[in-house]
Amino acid sequence: MLSEEEREAIAQELEHYRDPRAACVEAMKIVQHRRGWVSDDALAAIAELLRMSVHELEGVATYYNLIFRRPVGRHVILLCDSVVCWMVGYPAVREHLTERLGIDFGETTADGRFTLLPMPCLGSCDRAPAMLVDRDLHRDLAPERIDAILERYS
Amino acid sequence: MEKPLTQNIRPGEPPPSLPQYEKAGGYCAVWKALKEMTPAEVINVVKAANLRGRGGAGFPAGLKWAAMTSLEEAPAPRYLIANADEMEPGAFKDRYLIEGDPHQLIEGMIVAAWAVQADVAYIFLRAAYYPGAERLTRAIAEAYEKGYLGRDILGSGWSLDLHLHTSAGRYLCGEASALLNALEGKRAIPRGKLPRATTSGLWGRPTVVNNVETLCNVPHIVNRGAQWFLDLSVAREGKRGKDGGTKIFGVSGRVRRPGAWELPMGTTIREIVEEHAGGMREGHRFRALLPGGASTGFLVQEHLDLPMDFDSPEGAGSRFGTGTIVVVDDRTCPVAMLHNLEHFFAQESCGWCTPCREGLPWTERLLLGIESGEGRPEDLELLEMHTRLLGMGKTFCAHAPGAMMPLETGLKHFREEFDRHIAERRCPYR
Repeated sequence: MLSEEEREAIAQELEHYRDPRAACVEAMKIVQHRRGWVSDDALAAIAELLRMSVHELEGVATYYNLIFRRPVGRHVILLCDSVVCWMVGYPAVREHLTERLGIDFGETTADGRFTLLPMPCLGSCDRAPAMLVDRDLHRDLAPERIDAILERYS
Repeated sequence: MEKPLTQNIRPGEPPPSLPQYEKAGGYCAVWKALKEMTPAEVINVVKAANLRGRGGAGFPAGLKWAAMTSLEEAPAPRYLIANADEMEPGAFKDRYLIEGDPHQLIEGMIVAAWAVQADVAYIFLRAAYYPGAERLTRAIAEAYEKGYLGRDILGSGWSLDLHLHTSAGRYLCGEASALLNALEGKRAIPRGKLPRATTSGLWGRPTVVNNVETLCNVPHIVNRGAQWFLDLSVAREGKRGKDGGTKIFGVSGRVRRPGAWELPMGTTIREIVEEHAGGMREGHRFRALLPGGASTGFLVQEHLDLPMDFDSPEGAGSRFGTGTIVVVDDRTCPVAMLHNLEHFFAQESCGWCTPCREGLPWTERLLLGIESGEGRPEDLELLEMHTRLLGMGKTFCAHAPGAMMPLETGLKHFREEFDRHIAERRCPYR
């Protein structure tokens, strides 16, 4: 189930901890980085590798908002909905995004290009509103800037 | 005015490399601590400097270190953890320090680890800080290569490994005991207060957890001494508060120049908001502020001359928190704002204890009802009841009590706004 490359990356993380299960979050992130999400099969394979039960690992996986247990689009938009962004322009940005993409939070565009998710404070309150697209932070958002940002992600 | 924490930070530029950091005096504190000071001496100078935790709780770092079970009773492994899980809405100070000068954090961690004789250190970094993760990874590799990390550091016979752990979201991971569970690969629910982490922390071993900004102060205290640190704070009428040092203050919200600045501890709220953040944006009037992030209580006009130190906001019914101020204007509906805050806290509750798991969504629904014009007068009593039943001591950790701070103070300062929503059966701001 897990590729050689994934196993190697996980083995490197294992060296940082005295208990293999401590590497479980990193392991799920390694798999997710390559496949977009963590499927049931991948979860079971990681659990076996780290000598955890599948249910234990599922308990950890579902705790975190950034471990995806369902398929996502090629690009994930994490739009900050916390208080500062909310105060200085989040509602208009959200409206523009949902209109433009034709999806609401938790949904993926029909072409599989984008998934839109809400995100707690991104620590960019000085340049709010902010969102992450994949690993890129976009700040000082305004509805009229959104289309140009989306175009960068195919 | 001295700015030890930000002296190397040039926003928009890459952080100093290890040679550049050394050229600016970096890693001197590691040499000094390991070559000239015993661990106890390092603890004593940090104690004398009264360095209080910059993550929100304000507990003196030196006392925490001194509480670490002795090396005789608990030999290796012992752990030091930098809490870099910054996710308090309104807070962005640790990101500034991590991205701007990663070696400063690493140096602080090495000195702190020497003080508590830790063998392994972790930086627990929130997932979303990708540039921070890259910069720390590079800086850690540089420090290993130069021999500041690894075996027999500077010929001291003492070894330290430092690893970067990147998390996967959820605010509660920043709660120090939940962080330990997260790091062990368990669901990040908080642990009981006793035994303390300094006795039984990560994998049951003595562990110290310090905030990023706290650790960044350590090299400077070791280099310059406790009195120097104490003298950094603001003196009023020849007297200083008991909190020394500088603080990274941030301002966000409806101000002209949102940002972060290193200023003397005890700088007044007015100076931070009006001089450094440029006051209110054109067309907006000041209504209130949260002095230290989402989990601190509202302060209003009459509080603007309060000094920002650990105790002053507390005297006004709020908390110092992270020292990152959120400024609210007169066009923002306070009820809607509280709904946004309680939505965050309800969502981020780990669900472990009942008052928090059940109470926070209830407050969120009540606030949404009032905001949507469906509020009833008795809803205000229900909200007030929650501020008591979810208050300090009623829940397993400080998450729900933190959530109740803006609600309790909001009900007090914005009572008329609540009444108007209920009487007019609509939000007057829409």
